[in-house]
Amino acid sequence: MPFEPLALAAYSTVSALGRGRGTALDALLQGRSGLRPCDYDGVDIETWIGRVDGIEDVVLPAALKPFDCRNNRLALLGLESDGFASAVAAARARYGAARIGVFLGTSTSGIEATEQAYRQRGASDGALPAGFDYRHTHNTFSVADFTRRYLGLEGPAQVISTACSSSAKVFAAASRHIRAGWCDAAVVGGVDSLCLTTLYGFNALELVSRRPCRPWDAARDGINIGEAAGFALLEREGEGVRLLGYGESSDAYHMSTPHPEGEGALLAMQGALHCAGLAPQQIDYINLHGTATPSNDRAEDRAVTRLFDGSVPCSSTKGWTGHTLGAAGITEALFCALAIEEGLVPASLNTEQLDPGLSAPIVRTTLRQPVRVAMTNSFGFGGSNCALLLGQPA
Amino acid sequence: MMRVNVESIGLIAAGMTGWEAARPVLRGEVELDAAVVPAFKPNLLPPNERRRTTALIKLALQTAEDALARSRYGMSELASVFASAEGDGEIVDRICTALTLPGHPVSPTHFHNSVHNAPAGYWAIAAGSRKFSTSLAAGAATFAAGLLEAASVAVLEREPVLLLAYDYALPPALAGRGYVDAVCGVALVLTADDGAAMTRLSLEMQPGSAVPPPLPAEFAALRAHNPAAVALPLLQALARGESATLGLPCHEHLTLQIGIDA
Repeated sequence: MPFEPLALAAYSTVSALGRGRGTALDALLQGRSGLRPCDYDGVDIETWIGRVDGIEDVVLPAALKPFDCRNNRLALLGLESDGFASAVAAARARYGAARIGVFLGTSTSGIEATEQAYRQRGASDGALPAGFDYRHTHNTFSVADFTRRYLGLEGPAQVISTACSSSAKVFAAASRHIRAGWCDAAVVGGVDSLCLTTLYGFNALELVSRRPCRPWDAARDGINIGEAAGFALLEREGEGVRLLGYGESSDAYHMSTPHPEGEGALLAMQGALHCAGLAPQQIDYINLHGTATPSNDRAEDRAVTRLFDGSVPCSSTKGWTGHTLGAAGITEALFCALAIEEGLVPASLNTEQLDPGLSAPIVRTTLRQPVRVAMTNSFGFGGSNCALLLGQPA
Repeated sequence: MMRVNVESIGLIAAGMTGWEAARPVLRGEVELDAAVVPAFKPNLLPPNERRRTTALIKLALQTAEDALARSRYGMSELASVFASAEGDGEIVDRICTALTLPGHPVSPTHFHNSVHNAPAGYWAIAAGSRKFSTSLAAGAATFAAGLLEAASVAVLEREPVLLLAYDYALPPALAGRGYVDAVCGVALVLTADDGAAMTRLSLEMQPGSAVPPPLPAEFAALRAHNPAAVALPLLQALARGESATLGLPCHEHLTLQIGIDA
């Protein structure tokens, strides 16, 4: 059964570039990065981060107060950007609340709340503060539970948590639920927020750069961690950019290092092309996973070169937003949607001296040119890979 | 309505250490002896890898191993869905404790084991499988969400799928604050309807809330403390080889209706 494309009937993005599609587009066209030297509370690592301003001031509705944490505040910013919550309300009136599912990705959920609780443990008994609500903040399902309640949706709800591929894989899961008839439309997306766990964890793995990250650069030396929220409403009918296909695979190689020849990445990209019924030469732009670690970029370059033979313009947008981990899939899928709607190929920001050992054609300055079909790659720890194809309706 | 076959079953919990041992207990022929605690030594992992893993990862892999023992499929032939409400509480506890110490000494191994899909990563490496795998959570309804995801992959992507639902008791500091305070792992190998004589499930979503199906007190206690054990009424019917209809709550407004055609 061929894959029936699904429309992105509405979408919203919040990242270090700012709130909303218009702000992101302006930044991409003006060459304004969202990265800044790390100013996250209590962190003494020399690095740059992609921080979203104003999360600290967000107030959740009183009925959803138990969900209050940095991750769900960031989710709320995303839901209220670009008129997304209103678009979902209109869809709810059309389909009924029980016919719209919620599929969200995150890697660390609201772990920041648990980090804070551990720092406030009782000196004598070691007990965590009584007011700490682990279930509604840090638990992996929290952001989907919060989102479905905020939007008044009653369809199936789940969080996919496969590290940095999480919010790409939600498109595949939602597509299957719609095809299965378990829902008629779906809110997909991802939210991941800054926390000590990822900053110190990636630092312990020696994967954090002290400078703005430089994907595909000869001197690239690691990632900048970012935070973001992104949402899309998937429907069978509708105007605008469509999801054309997806591919999912596993590396079966190592927990934190990709397969050196990009075998798993290749399978995911081939799977997406097969799902969409497209040939490699029909792709106009590839948004790379491009984290800017030496091994990640090398493995992805091998896979992209084997499949596309250097014929498709590529860029990593991590230099604009940082690596937003569980929100990277949705953030970059929505950059592809902007690229298609606006006719632009975003530059691979900060890439100075291209690595002569890599061969993917990297776009160095943002180009104004038509993009009909775009691919976006997301690869995560545990060897979890996902590629998505988005395009203009035929 | 979607139809999917149950090809093989695995179960690990106190007093039910493997599907063969659990069947008479689930049928009510043998009393549940919760003092019989499963020993975790999954053979899927080489000993050096096993040392780097946690109790949750061992539980997941051992539950997989139990289902594989009676499956037609080899590990590398199976796609997989890993459904866990809490992920790894032990790792959270260790990392959040380390973050309170001078220098924030987070262990790199703990950090890469902290991802929700860590058990899936170890599984893929052990199985040598590059097939589809996902890892998800849906609170108290994590089993239902995993079953929907696994059935849709089996039927729509035409891949035999290993569904694992598993959760390990949270560590003392977090006990009572989440969804899990007991140990349970459930595995189902699901396939598209291929005509073979197997138990068939039909799955349908229905609006409205469901009262969880009745269970004997000792099973009900496990279900109250572990979202994987929400599968117990289904496993009871499968152990008895009886046809039945069950409603599993997805949340307060939605029910997964399961028809069991033995």
